[in-house]
Amino acid sequence: MEIVFLIEQILNGLLIGAYYLLIALGLSLIFSLGGIVNLAHGAFYAIGAYLTVALAPHLGFGGAFVVAPVLVGLLGLVIERFLLRRFYRADPILSLLLTFGLAMVAEQSLRMIFGAPPLPFSIPIALRGQVFIGEFIYSRYRLMILAVAALCVLGLWFLLQRTHFGRVVRAGVQNPDMVGALGISLRPYMSAVVMIAVGLAALAGVMLAPVTGVHPAMGAEILTFAFVVVVIGGLGSFWGVVVAALIVGVVRGIAAYAFPPATEASVYLLMLLVLLLRPRGLFGERIARFE
Amino acid sequence: MTELPRITRRGALLGAATLLAAPAISHAQPDVIRIGHLTPRTGFLGPLGEFAVQAAQMATDEINTAGGILGRRLEVLYEDSVNPQTASAKAERYIQRDKVTCIVGEINSASALAIGQVVQRERALFINTGANSDALRGSDCRKFMFHIEGQNSMYVKAVGRALLQQGLIKGKKTYALTADYAFGHDLLRVAKRFMGENGGTIAHEDLIPTDLTDFSPFLLKIRQARPDVVVANLAGAQITNFLKQYSEFGLRFPVAGFGFDTALAWGAGQGNFLGTWPTMWHHRLDNPAARKFTTDFRTRYGRPPENQAWGDYNAMKILARAMNEAKSTEGIRIVEYLESGAKFDVLKGRESYFRARDHQIMTEMYAISALPPAEQKDRYDIFTSSPAVPGPQESLEAIASTPEENACTFPS
Repeated sequence: MEIVFLIEQILNGLLIGAYYLLIALGLSLIFSLGGIVNLAHGAFYAIGAYLTVALAPHLGFGGAFVVAPVLVGLLGLVIERFLLRRFYRADPILSLLLTFGLAMVAEQSLRMIFGAPPLPFSIPIALRGQVFIGEFIYSRYRLMILAVAALCVLGLWFLLQRTHFGRVVRAGVQNPDMVGALGISLRPYMSAVVMIAVGLAALAGVMLAPVTGVHPAMGAEILTFAFVVVVIGGLGSFWGVVVAALIVGVVRGIAAYAFPPATEASVYLLMLLVLLLRPRGLFGERIARFE
Repeated sequence: MTELPRITRRGALLGAATLLAAPAISHAQPDVIRIGHLTPRTGFLGPLGEFAVQAAQMATDEINTAGGILGRRLEVLYEDSVNPQTASAKAERYIQRDKVTCIVGEINSASALAIGQVVQRERALFINTGANSDALRGSDCRKFMFHIEGQNSMYVKAVGRALLQQGLIKGKKTYALTADYAFGHDLLRVAKRFMGENGGTIAHEDLIPTDLTDFSPFLLKIRQARPDVVVANLAGAQITNFLKQYSEFGLRFPVAGFGFDTALAWGAGQGNFLGTWPTMWHHRLDNPAARKFTTDFRTRYGRPPENQAWGDYNAMKILARAMNEAKSTEGIRIVEYLESGAKFDVLKGRESYFRARDHQIMTEMYAISALPPAEQKDRYDIFTSSPAVPGPQESLEAIASTPEENACTFPS
């Protein structure tokens, strides 16, 4: 009985890992290619959630599901073009300051426009309910989140590994100067990467709006975990981030089962351990310009 | 006893000359009475801080329209208290640099404790409008700290009566989820005592980190434990997340809470609010003063006020009256006035007063229960209320802690 319950917690942890994944993948991409630690990434997640609440009454949840990430992606495009672009080769402290400032501006703007209390939003009626498999219980809605996250991961993997676009991006991560010498400008690629990364964060915001509180600080709440996932997985590694997200989810599930006060702390402990044993993260690659 | 500085003719002339010379320096304006408002505006309690600030602004405007305090205009400064360290530093700055006569606010019990230490040292007044820990009225009570927020004992006993009537305590197994910080620990202690005295048991208890957003591991544990009732001793954004996800998992165990803020239930969304919870005040109360407050607040801010707005609004009103009647802005004079048992209209059926021995307001409370989703008319009217607790024939002290439960000796 206990062991069945532990398995249930581990499976549930995997599901939670899927939330972090969508945000962590984007963070990792922007850092690998542009060298920018995007502290504003959580803000795009929050904006995605707020747009969902604002758009759903007019477009339905399905409409918001499509439109919100696209709008946020375009916002990302604008921010890349006018702000981020200036900092790719600059001292990292400058881009840290910039994105930290952006995050604060975004959070405070949400607070001024929508107010500080959480906005009410529920799971669409068609997606409510639970699935029972033997002893296990799953929320139907969460299974849908899992499916969407899995599709995103596969899609991104295909884009990076199997297309011309992906080859240039991967080459740009390893050696941007060589890519330039071959006559390829990385600029449009960088714009596209930021748009995709930010759009994925917004998608996570859309999907989590029905199950967590929609309030201005929600971005800051999730960002720390996404960072931990990236650090554990190792920068520049696609599957590293995927594996790390799932491990983080599982460790959290086990901590909640065994010692609840450490539910959140367990994740940081895991990071500490990984950094001690493998300073580059689980699957981190050696990237010459970051050494 | 502090002695009032003696005003000499030369001093007065000098003062007048300084005023004429530098009329723009705000610190030298004697026609203004300054109060420092200090409460969390960001973080997991931030959602409530906004109600606190709006209500304080509304009260300030009303006080100034009615002629101010002692003929002087009331000016209120606002700050985000963030965490206990920052709260302590900002309280000190308010008193030393801004020369406020009083600090109003706070929601976090750990921060209120820090502010309490500052005001005790500085001998300035602090009205706590949102921190619940019994310890603030007991082992950590302060001569210069008053509480318009209810203590945990009051919350537990008020909603406890409703739960006893519903048969959810006697002989029942409870699963308790508790916020893992000063407030939660204090509340759990009080809740356990109440359960023990009334034949119930807390069979399972989990401490929940304040930054936790996903309750699913705990919902699975609850499902496995099959308790008779689930009790939430949670705070801030935790309550919204818990309500949303409890519905999502379709659990059917009755829910109750010993700590609560209405704004967090409003934020959970259609059909997600359930259970029975305690509150100091709510916008559906039907008395002329409450109706006027609700209408004015709604007109000005586009949504009804809730319990946190009630606390900060009344704190300002009570301070204004206390200063006017004590004819002084000096901390110790206000303390004496509030300790005298003066009665205040706080938008309820019965007048309230501060208990001299621990500075806790003695006032009516209410147990509110979620309406079935079909009967929830709009996003705000989602609950029904019990009659006032304690009832009209009872002493207001009936739900407060007894000296044996929570002894207070003011440090000098």
